[in-house]
Amino acid sequence: MSTTKSIAGQRPAPAAESSGENLLEVTGLEKHFPIRQGIVFQRQVGAVRAVDGLDFAVRAGESLGLVGESGCGKSTTGRLVTRLLEPTAGKVVFDGEDITHKPVVKMREARQNLQMIFQDPYSSLNPRHTVGTIVETPMRLNGINPPQGHKRRAQELLEIVGLNPEHYNRYPNEFSGGQRQRIGVARALALKPKLIVADEPVSALDVSIQAQVVNLLQDLQREMGIAFLFIAHDLAVVRHFSERVAVMYLGKIVEVGDRTAIYERPRHPYTHALLSSVPEVVPGSENRERIRLAGDVPSPINPPSGCRFRTRCWKAQDKCATEEPPLVRLEGNGDGHLTACHFPEEPTIASRGEDIVLDPALAALEEARRQSDTGV
Amino acid sequence: MALEISPQSADGSTPSSFLDVRDLRVHFPTEDGLVKSVDGVSFTLEKGKTLGIVGESGSGKSVTSLALLGLHKNSRARVSGEVWLDGQELVNLSEGEMRSLRGSKVSMIFQDPLSALHPFYSVGSQIAEAYLVHHKVSKKEARERSVEMLKRVGIPQPERRYRDYPHQFSGGMRQRAMIAMSLVCDPELLIADEPTTALDVTVQAQILDLIRDLQEEFGSAVIIITHDLGVVAEISDDILVMYGGRRVEYGTVQDVLEHQEHPYTWGLMQSMPHLSGDVTQRLNPIKGSPPSLINLPGGCAFNPRCEFRDRVPGDRCLTERPELLPVLGSDKHIAACHLDADGKAEIRGTADKAVK
Repeated sequence: MSTTKSIAGQRPAPAAESSGENLLEVTGLEKHFPIRQGIVFQRQVGAVRAVDGLDFAVRAGESLGLVGESGCGKSTTGRLVTRLLEPTAGKVVFDGEDITHKPVVKMREARQNLQMIFQDPYSSLNPRHTVGTIVETPMRLNGINPPQGHKRRAQELLEIVGLNPEHYNRYPNEFSGGQRQRIGVARALALKPKLIVADEPVSALDVSIQAQVVNLLQDLQREMGIAFLFIAHDLAVVRHFSERVAVMYLGKIVEVGDRTAIYERPRHPYTHALLSSVPEVVPGSENRERIRLAGDVPSPINPPSGCRFRTRCWKAQDKCATEEPPLVRLEGNGDGHLTACHFPEEPTIASRGEDIVLDPALAALEEARRQSDTGV
Repeated sequence: MALEISPQSADGSTPSSFLDVRDLRVHFPTEDGLVKSVDGVSFTLEKGKTLGIVGESGSGKSVTSLALLGLHKNSRARVSGEVWLDGQELVNLSEGEMRSLRGSKVSMIFQDPLSALHPFYSVGSQIAEAYLVHHKVSKKEARERSVEMLKRVGIPQPERRYRDYPHQFSGGMRQRAMIAMSLVCDPELLIADEPTTALDVTVQAQILDLIRDLQEEFGSAVIIITHDLGVVAEISDDILVMYGGRRVEYGTVQDVLEHQEHPYTWGLMQSMPHLSGDVTQRLNPIKGSPPSLINLPGGCAFNPRCEFRDRVPGDRCLTERPELLPVLGSDKHIAACHLDADGKAEIRGTADKAVK
């Protein structure tokens, strides 16, 4: 993290959370998908507030992890940043340039530095194109003519991601899931980007193959200095890959901080709940706290007022329903560790003596068991 | 082919365990050759206990579970071996006899509840139907039972939700409805095939706890099939690790997770990042990809991906299929690997460091 690097010659960063050199800056980003009704005269009856006011920044060369449950808006955020979707409001500044509403044709230029790796390696590669064509296309589209020629460059890229360059003429269906994801990575690397948005890059892969792809991405990040916006629901993978992590809930960031802050000293109840839900194999993890939330994430069409997590939170009070907690640095938090909560938790993940079980069925079963235990 | 000998399947007597699977084989003849999806799998399970079956995609986990339910009948699969459930052999049962067991004595929770539930019927009526098939009761009683089950698995307003259709339920609620349906007849054996793979981590934790708590209450035996070792560690008593349709390691959770004996299990442990792991340490993936089930590698099926095959003298890993041998110091733990005990202890020392 280059906090002392000179930013002379660049626009000074607007209200950002750190003084570092920000490659990507997102302020007040919103995406509302309209819900329409009627056949001829469609009128809007509501909106899915998938992303509802995000502020974050990714510094050059760093990896920011974005975690949260499905439907919290992590993937939408990735698509807004790469402008595969048009933001409803807010601002996306990439590499000192406002790309929020840049026309599609001009976006092509910006995307040279801003690439994406998709979740599903089966549907993100055109089955009718050879691997070579897939990897070369970004270069051809942008009029880039590498000195060694397109074919040689594509073969080099295949080699970088651990594939046999002789497989240049093969089709995607001849490759396994892990190998296809490597092709996707090679395609993203073709333009030597500064930022890669990786949307669940390993969640469709088998455990043993996941590690291969995570290692590959990590090597690329270190050797080529590429910044990553790493979107995933697997908290352990995100912890392994990202120095900084943002936790999302219903379209908002509820907590952001560096790795140790989020994983060892979390303050937001939702972060606590997420961490305590991860099943762990390592012996000695029994003394972690146990929190079982009730039900699923509420609908983003009518998100709860005030703090959005309050409907599933064990600490919620009247204030949470009326006043939305700002994302701020709480007392006792380290630098850059921001939490949006009125009644934050203690900064520890150790067991608290008593489990928090909000799920009514679980609570009833466990209460019955406790009674029969004491009765006998 | 070396014969696998497991302690309990040596003689042909009726077993004492509640569930006793002996040398189960499921082969599919195809145009490309014989796919040996399950090739000689044996295990036992007592009531009130949970067995976790772990492995990559294509290791034969799900095919094993379908064979236990007799769901390969009327397909081109060739099933052999013995499945003893409570003193009754299942492989040679007729479809009609199997049908009367399915849902009542043995039931299953499927991975994807949206495709396992019928979109045309209300959730409640599907649960009631499962009860009506096996019990001589009126529709009203079945309905009451169904509502009660929905309530037990934590569906809010069960009387109202009874009439809802699957698409009106969220992912977690659909899985709860599946659990309600599978438990409606108090099954003695419950098979859960990747029950939480499609769910979010907070919902996964709820569902796993729910399965565990309900099991304690009903006293049923549970088989949970998953690729996630964390899930297994959380709720299982025993673990069976499968590779290429065969068992490679089997034992209690403590045995297998704390004293792994097979390089494949080591590989699975080391390729997963942990919440408390060292982030500066690179993950140690298993190289290569899972084998083809038509042409399994000779000798040990894992040998092309194994880092340690050079440590075994000669070409034994390539030519001789390792037997499942008991591990010293444990009564249940068996593993199929040619490495000697000293070699394993040495490797495990370095592997443990990597995990912690």
